[in-house]
Amino acid sequence: MGLAVELRKKVNGFALDVAWEIGDELAVLFGFSGAGKSLTLQLIAGLLTPDDGRVQLGGEVYFDSSQGLNVPPQKRSFGYLFQDLALFPHMTALENVMYGATGIAKGERLDRARWILKTFHLEGLERKFPAEISGGEKQRVAFARALIRSPAVLLLDEPFSSLDNPLRLEMRRFLMEIRKEFEIPVVLVTHDLVEACTLADRMIVYSRGKIAQVGAVADVLKCPVDEEVELLVNRKSLDLPSVFSLHGQKEDSGM
Amino acid sequence: MDGDSVLFSLRLSFQVALGATALVVLVGTPLAYLLAICQFRGKDLLDILLTLPLVLPPTVTGYYLIVLFGRKGIIGAIVYQLTGFSIMFTWYAAVLASFVVALPLTIKASRAAIESVDKNLINASYTSGHGALETAVRVILPLARRGIIAGAVLSFARALGEFGATLMVAGNIPGRTDTMPIAIYTKVSSGDWSKAHLMVIIFTVLSGLVLYSSNKLSRRIF
Repeated sequence: MGLAVELRKKVNGFALDVAWEIGDELAVLFGFSGAGKSLTLQLIAGLLTPDDGRVQLGGEVYFDSSQGLNVPPQKRSFGYLFQDLALFPHMTALENVMYGATGIAKGERLDRARWILKTFHLEGLERKFPAEISGGEKQRVAFARALIRSPAVLLLDEPFSSLDNPLRLEMRRFLMEIRKEFEIPVVLVTHDLVEACTLADRMIVYSRGKIAQVGAVADVLKCPVDEEVELLVNRKSLDLPSVFSLHGQKEDSGM
Repeated sequence: MDGDSVLFSLRLSFQVALGATALVVLVGTPLAYLLAICQFRGKDLLDILLTLPLVLPPTVTGYYLIVLFGRKGIIGAIVYQLTGFSIMFTWYAAVLASFVVALPLTIKASRAAIESVDKNLINASYTSGHGALETAVRVILPLARRGIIAGAVLSFARALGEFGATLMVAGNIPGRTDTMPIAIYTKVSSGDWSKAHLMVIIFTVLSGLVLYSSNKLSRRIF
């Protein structure tokens, strides 16, 4: 099972033209803001329609402009995590999670919700509204809502960018944990190099609506194809030592 | 006997305003949703048509209602031929007039509230596997309820005070279609000042009570 996309879209003078393919791995879409990373996720999820292209997951085609095929977003079983999480403020944590339980038999929804709340350490918060829980708890509720129906792919639009540092590290560990439970392609949009280095199996570097480089993180860091990629991956070279200390922490916490 | 007529007008006014408000919410909310969310040809025209009663003199609105629903009107003639019933000069006509005049208020308030619902929440509903109808009912409308209720309260107040269009289509029939504003007009024009004083005071106090309870209610709901 893999995710293959080919997307072309013009929006307000910006032109996106990308094609890439990943397996059951975590791919990071990396690049400066405005490079078309979030737009790519919206096109994959069907929230926006590409001018032309193709979105295929395993044997299933969700969008194909040559056939005039366009499966609406609610019929694509794609988990999506929004940058601002987009939890429904008028629903409790449990209701938010249950809202994502489409495609699950009615009688099993509550059990499944209870299970995922337990797995994500959210027990006891069932009746709390999003405004009443902490930032990290909100993140985990959003993950639970996106994952409860076992989506075929998980799309993450900079979900950790607004968190303070300790919480961001915690959420990265959390993401690595849940990847063991859900073996599906994960696409993570970020412009944080540390995040990319810590989490990515594969790095897809975007530059002004096009793909600049695709490869393993180490390869991209070692041999950037051009000056812009070099600038991108060296931009925060001062942060790089913390990558290694983070790896150290990860081993510590692997109790 | 005279006290009875005041009481009748009072009851009729509230009856008409409640009926009109119920219709306004029932019809206005889907229209507001349509205007806020959907893109279609003639949307601007529909918007203008629905807003016109807000700016037209009530007599002009009433005139259009006669043209449409009068016994010889475009729709009214068909209804009369089929059923022998004409809405003109009944209290239903007062409801109709209040409905048309109050509708723009609910549409404006609800549309603004629906448009201000975070687009990401709507997208999150879609990516959670819910279609347009379910998204509207479970996400958009609950989040826009504040504006919808505010619009309904405004519409109720407007319907309660409706005079011009009501007079055109329901007339001024004592004991049948004389709502408070119309009865007050009749008392004043016939020089019955003491009765007019009484009705004006009652109407003012009750309108104030309506606003007070709606404020209280809205604070509890939100």
